[in-house]
Amino acid sequence: MNTGNFQGYKGHALSLLQKFNARVWGQVKIESTRGVFSGTILPRSENDDDLHIVLKISTGYNIGINVLTITQIEELGYKKAHYQIPEKEFPYSDSKPNVKLFGTGGTIASRLDYRTGAVIPAFSPGELYGAVPELADICNITTEKLFAVFSENMGPEEYKKLAIAIGKEIENGIDGIIIGHGTDTLHHTAAALTYMIQNPPIPIVLVGSQRSSDRPSSDAALNLMHASYTAGHSDIAEVSVCMFGPTSDEYGFLHRGTRVRKMHSSYRSTFRTIGDIPIAKVTRNSVELLQPHYKHRRQDKKADILPYFDERISLVYYYPNMKPDIIESLVDNGYKGIVIAGTGLGHVNKPLYPAIDKAAKQGVSIFMTVQTLWGYVHMNVYETGRDLQAKGVVPTQNMLPEVAYIKLGWALGQTSDMEEVRNIMLTPINDDITEREPYNGYLIYQGGVPEVEEFIKKFHK
Amino acid sequence: MTRKDATQSDYDRVGFKAGLEVHQQLKTKKKLFCNCPAGVYHKNEEYDAEIIRHMRPTLSELGEYDGTALMEFKTRKNIIYRIKNETTCTYEIDDTPPFPINREALNIALEISLLSKFNIVGEVHITRKQYLDGSIPTGFQRTAILGVEGEIQLKNKKIRLIQLSIEEDACREISDIGHIRTYKTDRLGIPLIETVTHPDFSNPDEVKEGAEYIRYLNRSTGKVRVGSGAGREDVNVSCRNGSRVEIKGVSHIKLIPELTHNEVFRQFALLEIRDKLHKRFSREENRSDWGIRFQHINPVEFPFLKQLKQAVENQTVCAAGINIPGFRGILSHFTQPGQTFANELSDRLKVIACIEKPNMLHSEQFDFIENEDIFQIISRVLSSENDDAQLLIWGLKEDIPTAIETIEERCRMAFDGVPNESRKSFMDGTTIFERVLPGADRMYPDTDSPPIPIEDKDIQKFKDELPKDIHKRYTQLKKWDIPEDTHNYILRNNLCPLLEKIIKDLDVNPKFAGTLFGHTLKHIEGQLKPSPGFEVEKVYHFLSYLNKNELDLEISKSAMLMIYKYPEKDFDSILKILKYRKINRQNIVDKISDLKREFKQVHHSKNATAQADWIMGKLRPLALGNMNLKALREAVEKTNLSSQGNIRT
Repeated sequence: MNTGNFQGYKGHALSLLQKFNARVWGQVKIESTRGVFSGTILPRSENDDDLHIVLKISTGYNIGINVLTITQIEELGYKKAHYQIPEKEFPYSDSKPNVKLFGTGGTIASRLDYRTGAVIPAFSPGELYGAVPELADICNITTEKLFAVFSENMGPEEYKKLAIAIGKEIENGIDGIIIGHGTDTLHHTAAALTYMIQNPPIPIVLVGSQRSSDRPSSDAALNLMHASYTAGHSDIAEVSVCMFGPTSDEYGFLHRGTRVRKMHSSYRSTFRTIGDIPIAKVTRNSVELLQPHYKHRRQDKKADILPYFDERISLVYYYPNMKPDIIESLVDNGYKGIVIAGTGLGHVNKPLYPAIDKAAKQGVSIFMTVQTLWGYVHMNVYETGRDLQAKGVVPTQNMLPEVAYIKLGWALGQTSDMEEVRNIMLTPINDDITEREPYNGYLIYQGGVPEVEEFIKKFHK
Repeated sequence: MTRKDATQSDYDRVGFKAGLEVHQQLKTKKKLFCNCPAGVYHKNEEYDAEIIRHMRPTLSELGEYDGTALMEFKTRKNIIYRIKNETTCTYEIDDTPPFPINREALNIALEISLLSKFNIVGEVHITRKQYLDGSIPTGFQRTAILGVEGEIQLKNKKIRLIQLSIEEDACREISDIGHIRTYKTDRLGIPLIETVTHPDFSNPDEVKEGAEYIRYLNRSTGKVRVGSGAGREDVNVSCRNGSRVEIKGVSHIKLIPELTHNEVFRQFALLEIRDKLHKRFSREENRSDWGIRFQHINPVEFPFLKQLKQAVENQTVCAAGINIPGFRGILSHFTQPGQTFANELSDRLKVIACIEKPNMLHSEQFDFIENEDIFQIISRVLSSENDDAQLLIWGLKEDIPTAIETIEERCRMAFDGVPNESRKSFMDGTTIFERVLPGADRMYPDTDSPPIPIEDKDIQKFKDELPKDIHKRYTQLKKWDIPEDTHNYILRNNLCPLLEKIIKDLDVNPKFAGTLFGHTLKHIEGQLKPSPGFEVEKVYHFLSYLNKNELDLEISKSAMLMIYKYPEKDFDSILKILKYRKINRQNIVDKISDLKREFKQVHHSKNATAQADWIMGKLRPLALGNMNLKALREAVEKTNLSSQGNIRT
């Protein structure tokens, strides 16, 4: 990687810049077979080709000049840009609750990185206050960056560190916790923290954004305000996910950490509670309960921190004609637990039976969930289901596949006794299994239906 | 000074300077970054859902906040988008990242860039240009430069062009009242190009000529949209020592001269105000210490003011009196037709503090006769001095602090002269404050889109098939002896290629063909509603039909109305409607003698012209299509009663 004077440039482009002694941030006049171009040389994104030089012209636009057309570069000046979120001291107030914000790498407030075109998060309280001054009206915020990883790179080590760090803050008497997190695996982390931090006395709120905060229409600021209010003021002492309710800038939902899932690749309102309703509706100055039952805030500073995880687990999404070697290879590679997302009520095809049988006999714990996401596993309706149970596959009721995956890792982190693992898995924690599914726990309205359209027109989407 | 009276030396005296940003929608099937149809529009009430958003300013690449961005944030608008499924998908409302750029659009833009003699970039970088007014739900417009430094040749001078960009069109505003602004998203995302000129224009008419030229150039490709709103101009104007002010969204080129004239003299007036203020506050420290004083006022105490009556009825409204030191005579200082400096304050109250008009009264109001007590009270309370001016403003309680800030800010700017701003235009040639002028700081790279290389072979492909330059077309029209009053019509409708075809293929007299469009068709279009099925190519086919049937072309002038009105009718039927019947020329000429005799019997006029007119009237229906009318008239004039009418023409 090239830093210094030629950030991001390589190959042809790099040698041309070196030949003419022109640097990144140099103000240049470039002569080419396509005419003369003037502007400031910008760093190049490392994944782009080596045939172009990026220029910011005086009107603020960027353009690329093909190096093969360039006949002359003349550096006339030099002005390096430096990014800075306007940092202002966060105004602390005794009358406001104290909230700790843990950073994991997601962007809440941010600035742009030229080289990659990526976004650099703003994180210190001062930076946050500079970007979202409304936060000071809600609570006192302190921050700690635990790691800087993309959401998809969050894993067991991070879950454990996070749980321990949160445990310490609880001991210190903090009023609420916010975790800034990328959205892709937000629900995996939410499940992991639910299992690893049990009976917390305060709200633990995971939050992210679907539109990065480098854009004016970002949902980040509002999500952060919602999460701050929830963490600082709400009575809900659970691990929850706080993200946009509708795609409009109106309110957020507080989803139980064990029942939430990302359901759209890019929508703001991507997180939904599955098989139940959200705990609450949140604005920047209110929490309106939707669920009558939840764990209440306590004054003590106690929580059970259980940072255990065995990584030798897998989630297998079944498809027709799946070959047994998929299961066999897991067993051969030393996996200790498998969660299957089966079809319909929880089924896989017959050719897998021997492999499953063998796996169970070798001490691999196997659990069944449904890829329909909504509904219960029901393995007594058809013979296939009964066969599978006989071979040791354990149905997990209406536990979500990703949640079951996390729970299995957590359970195996505590014991290798299959019976005990089974007990842990089937003992409901924070509604990861619910006794009943309310009728409004499954609502996917179908567009085009007149009454649905009427409803949609009436309320902000 | 009115525009009629102004001469070039007046514009030179005030230092008139102007540049153009010409926007032109491209004729593509789909939008620029998604697969929604382009060019389908809805009425305000036709929508399927509403979405509400707010816009927050973000840092630019260079680490700075943009001025406009901060102002827009201050206004705290609730932005509501009305979306219709037919024309809007999740991309427009910023719930899905962009799809790859529309190649059809990119190619059209490239062709126009070449026509405008731009240096074509090696790689197109999609850039985000921040717009916090809500006109784009993302908060930025995706836009990219295709070329820099081009030129166009006007009649008397060359105008240099700065750049050409391709971009997505914005939403259309439905309303903007108080803190709620509503848009519809049908137009959002339609491919658009923007041609930006250097500030090379030195008088209002030149700006108009430039705008026309660029519009004709764009249309000469035949690949751009026409019709209301498809082409729009922003005009940048300044006077010497003034500032760049952008007049936004001028949809009629004919308004440009009046608007630019008024703007340059508005700036001149603001400079006079500056000089007056500098005289009053001659010492630097007096100017830097300058500030307004204000006092909140309970509207209930002034029930006699009808403007405050509503305030009294509505408990949420509150008022404030403001003293502006040294501004006596300034508030009533003329700025543009029918407006004074006080309008500059009132306009900003509406836009920045979101207080609907009427939102203030001032001590120099021409029409303020109701009660001057209020300003005596304000003067007393705020210990005003003789040279001061007073304001009374009112609005929602939470908007008053911003309102007071806004007043002070604008008055402070008066010491510096002309604020950089963008202004909205009105049909009467005046403008109104729209927002602070954004700078280059609002641009940042679009991290969702990779750069697109433009190869030499891509360029060559277009270079070989470019339409003729507009200035060459002007010359061509002159050479054809086509009357000058038709030129704009012909170029505006990109008729040159068709004319060329008519003249070449059908051997039609150029002047006849030119006026057939520039006079006859133009007149018909002015009289009738647009005819959806009508296409100009139809005229070519008709002329060719006349040629083939050996009919005289003159009949096309009468037929044009029918062709326009009933584009679905075949040419035989059109001739039937015109009561055309094939008659031998000689038969027509032979009738002249009889008619002359008849004329003598019924009329006693000795006037030869009257006689000829009368006869032409009788013969015209017969002659139309069968023989040239001019030739017929000649025959009429030449025919003597003695000769037996065997004149050949």
